[in-house]
Amino acid sequence: MTPVVLFYLFAGILVFAGLMVVTVRNPVHAALFLVLAFFTSAAVWMLLEAEFLSLALVLVYVGAVMVLFLFVVMMLDVQGAPLRQGFIRYLPVGALVAGVAALELYLVVGSDRLFGSQAFPLPQRAGAAYSNTQEIGAVLYTKYVYPFEIAAVILLVAIVAAIALSLRRRGDARSQRPGDQVRVRREDRVRLVAMPAEKGE
Amino acid sequence: MVPLTHYLVLGAVLFVLGLAGIFLNRKNVLILLMSIELMLLAVNTNFVAFSHFLGDTAGQVFVFFVLTVAAAESAIGLAILVVLFRSRHTIDVQDLDRLKG
Repeated sequence: MTPVVLFYLFAGILVFAGLMVVTVRNPVHAALFLVLAFFTSAAVWMLLEAEFLSLALVLVYVGAVMVLFLFVVMMLDVQGAPLRQGFIRYLPVGALVAGVAALELYLVVGSDRLFGSQAFPLPQRAGAAYSNTQEIGAVLYTKYVYPFEIAAVILLVAIVAAIALSLRRRGDARSQRPGDQVRVRREDRVRLVAMPAEKGE
Repeated sequence: MVPLTHYLVLGAVLFVLGLAGIFLNRKNVLILLMSIELMLLAVNTNFVAFSHFLGDTAGQVFVFFVLTVAAAESAIGLAILVVLFRSRHTIDVQDLDRLKG
C-alpha cells in the first residue's frame, strides 16, 4: 500500500478512536480506545519519519501511562451508568464549542495559501542510512542538554509527588524501629535476680 | 504524497474531539484526563508534521519534552485522583465543591 492510502487509513482509525474515547460509557473501554489512538498515532508519526518518537510513544504511553490509567480505572470501581448523566445536557454546549473551535482551526490550518504544497513542499524521503534516533540524540545531548536535565528533574518530582500523595500510614501496622534496637543496652533487657538456691528434701 | 495541510487537519480534529470530551464528561475526572491526553497527542502530531516538512529536528525534541511533562502530569493527576476517591468516594466533578465559598 502506498503511504497516502496508509495515512488516510490511520487517520480514519485515529478519529474513530478519539470519538469513542469521549463517548463510550465504560471508562475501561475509553482507556482501551485511547490505547488504540496512541498506537495509530505512532503509525502516523512513523509515516512522518519520526521513528524514535513513534516508538517512544508506544513504549512510554501504551506501556506505562495507559497501564497506569487502566490500573486506576479498575481500582476505583466506578459504575458507568450514573457517571454519564450529564452527557445529553452538556451535548449542545460541547458540540457548539467544539464546532466553533473546529471551524477556527480549519480556517487557519486548512488554507492552501498558508500551509499548502506551495508554502511547504514535500521533503525528500530520507535514505536507508538515515537514523532518526541518532539525529535526535545529537541535538538532545548538546544543544538541548539543559532542558533535558530539567525534564529529568520533573520526572523525579513526579515520582516523589505521586508516592507522597498516595502513601497512607496505617494506624495498626507494626514495624521495627532499628534505631531503638541498636541503642538498646544490656540493662534495659536483662534483669539479674538474686535468689536463694532451693534446697532439696 | 500527503500535504502538510492534511496532517494539520488531522491534528485539529483530534484536538477538537479532546475539547468536546472535556465538555461532555463532567461526571468523570478519569475521562477528563484522557481527553487532555488526546489533546496533547494532537498537538504533538502537529509538531512532528512541521518538523518533517521543515526538515528541523527541534520539533521532535520539543515533542520529547511534551511527552515527558505529560507523563509526569498524568502520574500526579492519577495519584491525586486516588487520594480524592479514598477520602470522598466519588470522582464526579460536581461533587468536588468543597472549595466553593
